[in-house]
Amino acid sequence: MFKAVIKVMLKKGVLDPQGEAVQSSLSAMGYDEVKDVRIGKYMTLELDNESKNEAEKNVEEMCKRLLANPVIEDYEYEIVEVST
Amino acid sequence: MKFGVVMFPGSNCDLDSYHLVKDVLEEEALYLWHEDSLPGDIDCVILPGGFTYGDYLRPGAMARFSTIMKDIVDFASKGGLVIGICNGFQILVEAGLLPGALMRNKNLKFICDDVYIKVENNNTPFTAKCSEGEILKIPIAHNEGNYYASDDVIKDLEDNNQIIFKYSDIDGNITEDNNPNGSRYNIAGICNKEKNVLGMMPHPERVGEEILGSDDGLKIFNSILGYWREEDGANKV
Repeated sequence: MFKAVIKVMLKKGVLDPQGEAVQSSLSAMGYDEVKDVRIGKYMTLELDNESKNEAEKNVEEMCKRLLANPVIEDYEYEIVEVST
Repeated sequence: MKFGVVMFPGSNCDLDSYHLVKDVLEEEALYLWHEDSLPGDIDCVILPGGFTYGDYLRPGAMARFSTIMKDIVDFASKGGLVIGICNGFQILVEAGLLPGALMRNKNLKFICDDVYIKVENNNTPFTAKCSEGEILKIPIAHNEGNYYASDDVIKDLEDNNQIIFKYSDIDGNITEDNNPNGSRYNIAGICNKEKNVLGMMPHPERVGEEILGSDDGLKIFNSILGYWREEDGANKV
């Protein structure tokens, strides 16, 4: 078994109004040192693949096709082997 | 003319679309289930508004992989008329039938309001009954209607006259004040290069009768009907 940890973030330069709202709340709380907030998605998948290579290949495809929208989002992932 | 209204899990403007076609236009309308295939005799597909699959992940992201969408992509590639309204627009961009993406509204609010949109191109099957620069009053109701595309894509859209509607004021002025959701260049609706696929965030199906406050939405459906009749309906895909 493998576990994929996937992070999906809005691309640099794409406005993140949610991040901006959170930054302004942090600033209202006195945390003026926060200069930028970006909010993304964190996903974990449990995979029943034979090899890490196969898992990687499939996760890459899943990210491209569904989990991220390449027009506005970047993604990164890590795959680790886990014991069942 | 035969319209097919697709019902996805979470669609909620399917009944409005069906009502407009059946009762107002008095044309044939058929509900299409998302798990079925597209019947061969449909002349125009309507992807209605709503929250398909709960808008989980991203609006339209999962609906795009519904069984019927494969047929609709095929239908569109053969020149079939497809109109995606609100969530339907989001499905069209996720499916790659239209460029760009729809993001969270800039002010982070769900907006339900009447807006004015300016017809930027009346040389399409969806706007032929409008005059160029005509202002339509049509409601919006969305959380993620903020149209985004890169500069290159915007330039392409402009060069090919694919920008069909822009948010404006009642006099047609296109300013930031009249941009409800932060869309680039106030874009409210675009079509594909071939002009047979339209996506728009405002809801024309909700304003097809005077009793609803405006019948401006009817102009879009009458355009479709007029186009289909002129382009010898019998030979359409």
